[in-house]
Amino acid sequence: MHTRGKAFIAGISEHPNRKAVDKSVAQLHAESARGALDDAGLSIDDVDAYYCAGDAPGLGPLSMIEYMGLKNVRHMDATDVGGSSYVLHVGHAAQAIAAGKCRVALITLAGRPRSEGMATGTAPRNYGDASPDVPFEFIYGPTVVNMYAMAARRHMHEFGTTSEQLAWIKVAASHHAQHNEHAMLRNVVTVDDVVNSPMISDPLHRLDCCVISDGGGAFVVVAPEVADSLTRDCVKVLGCGEAPKNLMSGQVDLTYTGARWSGPQAFEEAGVSPGDIDYASIYDSFTITVLETLEDLGFCEKGKGGAFVSDGNLISGTGKLPFNTDGGGLCSNHPMNRGGLTKVLEAVRQLRDEAHPAVQVRDCQLALAHGTGGSLGTRMGSSTTILGRADA
Amino acid sequence: MSARMIPAPPANVEHQEFWDACNEGRLMLPRCGDTGRFFWYPRKLSPFTLSGNVEAVEAAGTGEIYTYSVMRRSDPQYAIGYVRLDEGITMMTNFVDCDFDSLAVGMKVRLVFVEAEGGQKVPCFTPA
Repeated sequence: MHTRGKAFIAGISEHPNRKAVDKSVAQLHAESARGALDDAGLSIDDVDAYYCAGDAPGLGPLSMIEYMGLKNVRHMDATDVGGSSYVLHVGHAAQAIAAGKCRVALITLAGRPRSEGMATGTAPRNYGDASPDVPFEFIYGPTVVNMYAMAARRHMHEFGTTSEQLAWIKVAASHHAQHNEHAMLRNVVTVDDVVNSPMISDPLHRLDCCVISDGGGAFVVVAPEVADSLTRDCVKVLGCGEAPKNLMSGQVDLTYTGARWSGPQAFEEAGVSPGDIDYASIYDSFTITVLETLEDLGFCEKGKGGAFVSDGNLISGTGKLPFNTDGGGLCSNHPMNRGGLTKVLEAVRQLRDEAHPAVQVRDCQLALAHGTGGSLGTRMGSSTTILGRADA
Repeated sequence: MSARMIPAPPANVEHQEFWDACNEGRLMLPRCGDTGRFFWYPRKLSPFTLSGNVEAVEAAGTGEIYTYSVMRRSDPQYAIGYVRLDEGITMMTNFVDCDFDSLAVGMKVRLVFVEAEGGQKVPCFTPA
């Protein structure tokens, strides 16, 4: 069973807060949910499916369904594959809707790592002592940033990728973020600014990294008959894919991601190819995340990502592939250190012609959103969704 | 420059023999008895066949750097990396007793054991 055209995104909401000292995690989820339902023209009583991931407090859906007063839920999904979860949830919601299990699926994300002072990138990351891999890696001090740095180093070694090429990704994001009033980093930066920023874990500099922010977001996926009943522009779900990538029993390869598998699934279901995509939301925890993902999705040949992103090729209006026109995780926000959900939101804005006019892609018909979760190349989730206008 | 203290590996009944061997100065690599292939990290079931036919073979202790990164923002700094062992598997490690600026992808390295917090010896590598 394919799900092409069998579900629509009817409402979106992004929490404007980047620091939320006076709000709880549950409250941020619920405020985001209210925003997305309002945007769609739906109410909490219309919601019959609820999806969340590991950022949801307590028992996930069980806790949040009670908090938000959802009375009619008959389908739940708490698949947690880190920051890629919410793009994956688009596919799962579309499948559940196509199977007749539900009609209105609400997906939320929220968190406050900034208020809580989490050392997100530089503190060794322990997935739990019971995790079977942890004793053989955690002791050596893997952090988010040095794990991604090791991928960047290997990519440079195999393909000649340079720090200057990686920097172009941040430069493009900053060109977009200047127009987003909520973005944390609104200054336009240059390649020199990036490569001269402090080295965090070589070869990644401070400006190769995303921001740490509070906040959240939500969106609503609905059945075609619900979409038809709404006045709001709905966006059609055309194709979805998901894949894990891991240590491969000791055959570690940090130069590619699970997008190598999630991308083709999504493109095949949608019946389109990378060259057809007008706008791409690409998970951007670090510059290297974007570079490897673009290659793996087929926007350029493997190993040629450095050349592809250079010279402003990702900047809306001038480049061939406008990406992350909200400023992305690199400049705008990365709520709860999970950037997948906001990737969906900006793709929907582009397809609705509701991105900022300075970055809106003209006649945007097809958009792609890609999520990356966990740690690049070693224990990661990859999820891809391709969206189109309602008449696509 | 003092080196970063390595934390004790979390206890796990499945790994006890591996760590006991480390304390005796041996790095034991798991090998699938069905396929003859080495794998990493150690486990009691083969990830190739899911059978319990797994043997432990002492590593030669030589390999080369697959990738690495130096945490410039931590005090003390430390070098983390993946080493491709001559047996064909790649494992995470720290590079010790060396100038971090001299590290390079492809550099030949050899096994050394470093005492972690609490006294457990853990495998690390240094330029050969």
